[in-house]
This record gives sequence, C-alpha cells and structure tokens, in this order.
Amino acid sequence: MKQTQTQNQHRPKRYGMAIDLDKCTGCGSCMVACFAENNVPFKQDETDKLLSITWMRVYKITNGKKFPETEVCYLPRPCQHCAGQHEGHSPCVSVCPATATDYSADTGIVSQIYTRCFGCRYCMAACPYHARYFNWWDPVWPAGMERYLSPNVSPRMRGVVEKCSFCFHRYQLARDKAYLEGKRAVSEAEYQTACTQACPAGAIVFGDLNNSEHAVYQIVQPDAHNHYKSKNPYAFRLLERLGTNTKVYYLSSREWVRKAGDNYLANEEPGASHAPNQHG
Amino acid sequence: MDSALIPEGVKRCALWKFLLGLFLVGLVLAWGVYAMLLCWIKGLNQTNMNDYYGFALWIWADLAVIALGGGAFFSGLLKYVFGKDDLKNIINYAVLIGFICYSSALLILAIDVGQPLRSWFIFWHANVHSMLTEVAFCLSCYFAVLTIEYIPLILENRQVDKVPFFHNLSHNMHSAMAVFAATGAFLSFFHQGSLGGVSGVLFGRPFSYREHILIWPYTFFLFTWSAAAYGPSFTLFITWLTEKITRKKLVKDNTIFLLAKISGWMILTYITAKSADTLYWMFKTAPAQGLNWEFFYSNNALYGKWILFTEIVLCGWLPALLLVFKPTRENAFLRVLATLLGIIGVSLNRWVMVLQTMAVPVLTFDMWALYMPSWQEVATTILPVAYGVILIMISYRYLPIFPQEKELNPINATAEEAAA
Repeated sequence: MKQTQTQNQHRPKRYGMAIDLDKCTGCGSCMVACFAENNVPFKQDETDKLLSITWMRVYKITNGKKFPETEVCYLPRPCQHCAGQHEGHSPCVSVCPATATDYSADTGIVSQIYTRCFGCRYCMAACPYHARYFNWWDPVWPAGMERYLSPNVSPRMRGVVEKCSFCFHRYQLARDKAYLEGKRAVSEAEYQTACTQACPAGAIVFGDLNNSEHAVYQIVQPDAHNHYKSKNPYAFRLLERLGTNTKVYYLSSREWVRKAGDNYLANEEPGASHAPNQHG
Repeated sequence: MDSALIPEGVKRCALWKFLLGLFLVGLVLAWGVYAMLLCWIKGLNQTNMNDYYGFALWIWADLAVIALGGGAFFSGLLKYVFGKDDLKNIINYAVLIGFICYSSALLILAIDVGQPLRSWFIFWHANVHSMLTEVAFCLSCYFAVLTIEYIPLILENRQVDKVPFFHNLSHNMHSAMAVFAATGAFLSFFHQGSLGGVSGVLFGRPFSYREHILIWPYTFFLFTWSAAAYGPSFTLFITWLTEKITRKKLVKDNTIFLLAKISGWMILTYITAKSADTLYWMFKTAPAQGLNWEFFYSNNALYGKWILFTEIVLCGWLPALLLVFKPTRENAFLRVLATLLGIIGVSLNRWVMVLQTMAVPVLTFDMWALYMPSWQEVATTILPVAYGVILIMISYRYLPIFPQEKELNPINATAEEAAA
C-alpha cells in the first residue's frame, strides 16, 4: 500500500543503502570520495591494511573456483548502521561504556561522538564488520592539505574511534535548509552520501527505508514487521543471522555472492528462514 | 639498620640483600615504566594492536590478574561470612595478592585506553547497558574495599602500631572487616561477572557470544565462578613460592589443605559447568549462527583444538581431581602442580575469550588475524609483576603478613645474639 506524503513526513526516518554488486566495478571512487568528504586521515605508508582507516572499504571476493570458472565480485562496506533486534541495540552502541556512540531514533544512524570517546575500543571488538577504526596516530596532512579539509566534519585526534556516519553532516545541512525554507521535509535528492554520488556505475542507492517514494525503499522492499528483512529475492544483508539488523542491503543476481553474505552450515541454503539471534 | 621496623620474633635477610633484590626487580619495573611513558606520550601506535585487534595482550592481562586476584574476595567470604576461621592464617596474604592484582589491572587499563585523561567519562557519561561500565564501577569500588582491607595490615607495623590512634584504628577496622568482606564479595560477583559479560554479550562475535539468563550471558556466571575457584589456587601457589624463596614454612598445612580442598571443589563444579557451556555452544549456539564449532579451531596457525583440551581437561578436570582427592591434595608436589595447572587454565580461558574472539573471522570473505605484542606491550604487562614482587618484598619484611610465621620458625636466641 502506498504511503501518503503526510505519513512519510512524520514517520521516523530510517536511512539506508542498497548496493548493487552486479554494477560495482571495484573502482574505489566511493572510498576516495569518503576520504575527501569526511577528512579521513591517512599515513605515508598504508601498506598495513589493518592500520588503515577506511570508512568505506571495498572488498574483493571470489567464488573460490579455478580458472576458467573464477568469478570476482567487489563489495563496498560502509558502516552497516545496525539497529539490532530492538531498535538501537546495535552491537557497538550497546557496549560503549561512555555513551560515545549513539543510535538516532529519528534517522536510524549510528553516530560517533569523538570528543566523548576515550578510546577503550570495545565497540571495535563488538563490530563483526570491522567498520570501526582507531586513530593510532594523530592525523598529519601533507603540507597545504589542511586548507582542503571539509569545514563541516571535525578531524579526529589520536586515541579515539571513528567510522562512517552516512555523511551525517550533509543531513544536518539539508535539514537546516529545509527548516529555513518553511519547515518542509528533506527531499531524497537533498541528502545523499558522498559515496553514493561518487559511484560512476550508480551502484549505490541511498535514502529513507521508511519512505515508499524513495528509490532505496522500492529496491529493497523492507519488511518492517520482520526486522526490515528485504522482500527482494536478490537482496541480502551481511551477517543477517547474527541479528544485527543492518541498513545496508546488497543486491546480486549471482547466488554465490548472496551466499557470501552470511555463514551457512554445509546442509543449509541461503534464503531459507534462518531466525536471527534473539539477544539483549 | 631497619630492625626496628621488622616484626618482633621473626628473622629477615640482611638489609643489603633486601636492597639488592629491590634494585634488581626495580630495574624491571623501570623498564616497564619507560614503556608505559612511551605509550602515554606517543600513543598506542607503540603497540602492535590494530583495527582487528582492538583488544589484545593488555585486556587479557587485566582479565587474568583479576581472576587470579579472586582469592582475596573468596577467602574473605569464606572466613568472615562462612566462618572458616582456619583461613585467618592466609587471609592477609590473599588480601595483599588481591590488592596487587587489582591495582595492576587498574594501571594496565590506564595505559590501554586511547585517551587516558578522559577515563572519568566512563563514570560521568556512563552507559548503563555496557558491561564495561559495570566493570568500571565495581572494580573501582572493590579496589577501595581491598585498600581498606590492606590498611590494617600496614597499621600493624611495629612502629606504626606504637601510635595509639593507629593502634585503635587498626583494631576497630579489624572488627568491621566482616562488613567489608561481604561488600567485597558482592562487588566481586558483579565485576568478575561483568568481565565475563564483556565477551559474552558480543552478539556480533559468534566465538564468544553466549545465551543469557535475564540480562547476563552464561560467561557472566562462569567468570565469577572461575575466579572463586582458581583465585585461591593462585594464593596457594604464591604462598608456596614465597615459602621456597624465604626458605621458611609460613602457613600450617591444615590451612593450606583446607584452601586447596575448597579450591578443588570449586574448580570441579566450575569445570563441569564450563564443559556443559562449551558443549551447548558447540552444538547449539554456533550452529544457529551458521557455523560449525570446528571452524573456530581450524585454518590458522595458532588456535587449534589443543586449546579446548588444555583449558578444559589438562588445566581444568585434572587440577580439580588432584585437589579434591585427599592423597593427591596432601602431596606437596601434586598440590603445587594442580595449582599451577589451574593458573594456566584460567589464564588460557581469559586469553581465548579475548584474543581468539578477535582472531576469528566473522565475515565469510575475511581471514584469521593473528597478533604478536610489541615489546612495549610486553614490558607494560611485566611491569605489574615487578610492582607486585616489590610490594610483597616490602610487606613481607615489615608487616606481620603470616600470623603463624613466628610459631613455625622459632628464632634461636643464641644465634640471634651472635648475629647481633
């Protein structure tokens, strides 16, 4: 049933993403755009990827078969903005001892408060997606680059955790603008993440999963009565069985790719109704 | 030169020997302090931790010393609440060991956080849903209790005791000790448990995640139980080690046997529960997440099935049985072996619950991540050991830690005069 405009305006938002893996070429534009947009620090030597901060990271996965049956797929992984089994019970939010990471009931976005984080890294231990990064060093920008940093995103200091925010500062700007223009709702086009806009293949679609007029809703067809599980047979979420209830959906026409999204026992098939963990 | 400070009726080594010992251990301490300063000044890039290993050697050390320091709260509970009066002969040492373990844990935590100056945020911006918040509150409170339990011992120093105020304070604190022991046991139940909860609540980490009773995962209860079981074993082992180093019998056998027996039964019941928990996790919890238990012990260079055998059988069932049966319990070699195996077992348990949890890949296209600590991490982990040795050396020399020492080691008056 189609929702009305008024209903959409007053319902809490649930920002999320649909990433079409059949379209992703693994070019890395999303990663670069994310770096530039969010003042993500980098070092001269980034060879050790376990020390690299990549809010958006593109994984290369294969079907494990030998040539000529080898198939490759690139999988961009931002923070999954988990909602957990009851809204807000994300793996990381529930464990942070200083409430330095928060779940917004208005947007569904998991935030990180850098000035409150004291660097215990419990959230990193809790996140199965490795979407959280610790600042092992103070950020050092190449000479002159400070002038090109985004003024809308605070750089992070040594000793705190950071992660993808779905470009929340863009939402804030769009929301302020909409408010000043007669308290209207933020439109779909007004709030888009940097990675979404940078993807040359148009593989990333971003919007409100609670708004039937948004493209992401129409693609994902989330089932609000079943922890927003997608009704699209080609869509899946990473590690859905753990009960993380993420807001990033992946699409693929290839079964092995969909299967790579979760762990299955030898006798199990993806797509069957595996009940997620009931925890918390 | 310092004979006026040494308790009456006991013999101590020459001052130069004592100072030489302090100096040597002090060198190790200084090495640790240097590494600690490096971590504070230059940051955690001095470690080999990374974004896969956010929790590593230090968190293991924290969990391990707190488990081993569990002898303090459990012995206190047994003596002051359950009336096991024989334990009065070892309780001082249990408290001292507990004090060292807990102060070490707090020190390591202060090094481990990325922004140590913001550590108070854990109290100010407390998230009541976080197990770490519970740890912070209970740990701090219990450390205060341990300090209160240790103070009367300091006040019993020969010279301090001469001051009437301190003498009376010490006496009155002793009278109120049952209240502190009970408070300590209560707090310990929660912080030991919440340390278990730290890994048990991680529903994104199938290796450590466990089902719950109310809000507490099974690991909550297992950690408390194991600390109460293995903590006394650690107290016994350190007592034995102290006896070997001082070449004196310091605690009578009946007390040792009693604590060993209690530790044995506690380990036996714990390891039964731990075995049941492991089996439930292997055949119910992990498969529900799409994972076969063997997955957690394969395709990597370190974490194999040997861990399960070592932790549960070799360092669990074996020491339990050795301590439960009288003939083996009263055999000095087997008893000490059992306590040592127990210490290894509980330390290994803490290791896997922290480091193996971090190492296991969860995403299907991820890989095992192994980790080797940097020298700074090793030095700062050894630092509390050196600090503990120094505190034991000073306490043993100047405080009446062992009430039975005088009786068990009568000083030959002639020899004393000759020495003088």
